[in-house]
Amino acid sequence: MTKENKYLYKGYLPTIGIECHVQLKTQTKLFSGVDNDARDAKPNTLVSHICFGLPGSLPVLNSEALVLASRAGFALSARPQNNSHFDRKHYFYPDLPKGYQITQFEAPIVLGGKVKIVVDGEDLEIGITRAHLEEDAGKSTHDVGKDYSLVDLNRAGTPLLEIVSEPDIHSAAEAKAYAQELHLLMQFADVSDANLYYGNMRFDVNVSVSKDDSLGTRSETKNLNSFRSVEKAVEYEIKRQVELLEKGQSIVQETRGFDDSKQRTFSQRTKEDANDYRYFPEPDIPPINLTDQYIDEIEASMPKMPEAWRGSLSKAKLNFAQIELLLESEVENQEISYLSVINNFLDKPDELKKIANWIINIEIPLRKNNPKLKIASDETRTNQYLEVFKLVEAGSLSSNGAQDLITGLLTSNDIIDVSKYASEKGLSQNSNQDELSEIVAKILSDNQKAVDDIKSGEDKAIGFLVGQVMKESRGKANPAIAQKIIREQINSL
Amino acid sequence: MKSWDNITKIAFSVNEGKSSAVDLVKESLKRINEASEYDAIISLTKDRALERAKMIDDGVSQGQNMGRLAGVPFIAKDNFLTFGGETTAASNILKGFNAPYQASAIEKLEAEGAIVVAKANLDAFAHGASTENSDFMITKNPHDKTRVPGGSSGGSAASVVLGLAPFSIGTDTGGSIRQPAAFSGCVGLKPTYGLVSRSGVVAMASSTDCIGPMTKTVGEASLILDIMSGRDPLDSTTIEKDTLGYIGADSDLKGKKIGLVKEYFDDSLNSEIKDSIDELIVKLKSAGAEIKDVSLPILPSALAVYYILCPAEVSSNLSRYDGQRFGYSYEGAKDLNESYAESRARGFGREAKRRIIIGTYVLSSGYYDAYYKKAQLVRTKIVNDFNDAFRSVDFLLGPVAPTQAFKIGEKSNDPLAMYLSDVMTVAPNLAGISSITIPIDMKNNLPVAVQLMAAQKHDRSLLGAARKVEELA
Repeated sequence: MTKENKYLYKGYLPTIGIECHVQLKTQTKLFSGVDNDARDAKPNTLVSHICFGLPGSLPVLNSEALVLASRAGFALSARPQNNSHFDRKHYFYPDLPKGYQITQFEAPIVLGGKVKIVVDGEDLEIGITRAHLEEDAGKSTHDVGKDYSLVDLNRAGTPLLEIVSEPDIHSAAEAKAYAQELHLLMQFADVSDANLYYGNMRFDVNVSVSKDDSLGTRSETKNLNSFRSVEKAVEYEIKRQVELLEKGQSIVQETRGFDDSKQRTFSQRTKEDANDYRYFPEPDIPPINLTDQYIDEIEASMPKMPEAWRGSLSKAKLNFAQIELLLESEVENQEISYLSVINNFLDKPDELKKIANWIINIEIPLRKNNPKLKIASDETRTNQYLEVFKLVEAGSLSSNGAQDLITGLLTSNDIIDVSKYASEKGLSQNSNQDELSEIVAKILSDNQKAVDDIKSGEDKAIGFLVGQVMKESRGKANPAIAQKIIREQINSL
Repeated sequence: MKSWDNITKIAFSVNEGKSSAVDLVKESLKRINEASEYDAIISLTKDRALERAKMIDDGVSQGQNMGRLAGVPFIAKDNFLTFGGETTAASNILKGFNAPYQASAIEKLEAEGAIVVAKANLDAFAHGASTENSDFMITKNPHDKTRVPGGSSGGSAASVVLGLAPFSIGTDTGGSIRQPAAFSGCVGLKPTYGLVSRSGVVAMASSTDCIGPMTKTVGEASLILDIMSGRDPLDSTTIEKDTLGYIGADSDLKGKKIGLVKEYFDDSLNSEIKDSIDELIVKLKSAGAEIKDVSLPILPSALAVYYILCPAEVSSNLSRYDGQRFGYSYEGAKDLNESYAESRARGFGREAKRRIIIGTYVLSSGYYDAYYKKAQLVRTKIVNDFNDAFRSVDFLLGPVAPTQAFKIGEKSNDPLAMYLSDVMTVAPNLAGISSITIPIDMKNNLPVAVQLMAAQKHDRSLLGAARKVEELA
């Protein structure tokens, strides 16, 4: 079977390209000094003469947007272009005040690039065609039953980076994985709030199907604002197009919307009503020239990106799910960094494995359920985890004890001396041989059958006995030492 | 035609407390009223002007220096956004528009104590060479009411010549300051592109729009440029002003090379204009200037290039006038598309529509490469040819237009003939160089003027040389 065959749906190969609009988290808008954070603002309160398209108003490029777009470029494994420029894209709509959108058509700030994804255990590379800067439009509201529409220009002029993928995607699952990875990348690069609910990232999916090597006619489903809707829209489009073709009908090149409640796409406009955008270079903004030094400095300021983390963490024997959970959690809450703690143990595989597990199994779920927990500095948290690790290594803390201790440290309002805290709370593990021997002797006499089993070679009963010792000691026993004493006592019986 | 004292003298006198800004504003308003038959003015900013005048007089009485233009009234072309009244760009589609912010140029002039008293007529959206394209009125030439004042800054030119205010400001996209200055008989300066901020000026063609002064003398134009020029954070195409400023530039022409642009002296040039220029050339030689013939073979293409690029940018810049947020909006529309179509159909005049249609055409997919792109290539050639020319001469000299002021109605039904009026002025706009109109003669009771050009950012030396031309004429 060729590689593509697994993608075939009723004999048709789906081909998908995705355009993603990322709102950049600049302080002010792309071309005016107005606050760019419209989340809690009343409609039309974040509007200047520039956003309103008043006569005589001129766009002035926000240099912060260039920094963020360049960072995004590096996140896409592409070096930003030295030379790019803006163009005007013309169409009439009430939420587009100037009658044109300022965008980069001819010479975008990012050309090329790639995004790696893993689907069903298989590594795939999705090519990036380009990423260009442009201004967002305002927001139109068309209430049912009203003979007017409302326009809010707060969003007009918000900087967007439109990331255009190559048509390298062939399934709904890949489309979803690509969208998720972009979401992760934009957050690691720290260029967007990337909140899908607020529309910080919106996806347009271009889908076509074909039975041969040529590409079929595509539909573009616009404005998808969740990973699930990306997946569902692609799934629906593949099915719809194949069914039409099977019925002998043809696909119309068109723009479609996605109905979330019905989980299906619907036609918005066909190519016949498409605009001729009449692009030409924006004369009000001089061309952008980024020096190599400028670009190098941005590159040097980039954090370690997900791909590099995956490499380090899998080398430390964390599994796929653990790594992805860590990466997701890293960006879910901007206030805290787990990876900065883990980063300190990259060359200590024992520490890393254990501490990463504690973070994954204890800290992350705890913080998810208690979002208001205080957050100690990366350094303090690193030291605390290290001390807990040492206690466990020394045998003076059980794994249950470690869990209680970490939970205690995280939920306490003060920063604490770990070993003192552990002994005060009675979490320290009992490695005292005499005390343990007494407990073991009691357990052995209470469980004669298990003792007999072990003697007759059924060694798995040892686990049961260790469990009983742990129970008796209320978790304070060191299980390794307990097992050793159990064997000694049985052998000497 | 009453005249005013030199601007510097007026401001000095106001700062000394010897004349009052309120009186100056009243005098200007009175003259505007008396000259109403010329239709140079669209609206007055009377209340705000008097308020500001009083504020300046009060400042002076408290011993403050109120600036280099203290109490000096001036008239702004009505495509400058100003407080105190409507800004219409002489178009019905902007009727009733009260600007919530002011043009940077106006702000800079006001910061030096100048006072806008009125808004001057223009061809709507500055589209034209005669001021006949105004949606409101046709301005008359101050020397002959049956003739046009030139355009599009015809109202501004006529205002200065009629003495309605000591100076005015205009915009020049393809000759709109220099040609009316020549037709009406005043000094008109188109500075280097980017030297004066376009912020708050109704855009015509962004890549060639320039703002400049219209004055009685070159010295006064230098002062106004000195105040208006420089980098503006609201316009990213602006450049720094000359470190020496623009006042008191060296006017000595000894050893200076002046090139006569061969292509501007062909058969289409009116022989009387040519005679006046020939007389000037003799005087320039005796003042020590070296006169050379210079050829810029690309120049005959400039008008064609201009009438592709300019409408392209116009069609884009006029998109925002859609009847949805400000200005005229058609009330009877049943839906959005009708509101767009009717607001624009009724709001725009014929010339605006003509340029929107041409511009839309040349930018359409399938035609872009043949028109817009090719025109940009030729524009680059024009820029290079001017650069080459300025390697061998300091200044270029030529007529401003092939004829003197023509009759009202003479060309208004022939857009091509009207466009030809720009034939000698568009190239400096395309090249972004500085250029100034200086009146040199009167023939047939109408002004004759020359255009002196210098390389980009050579505005200071241009103004120096222009002062000598003014003195010799």
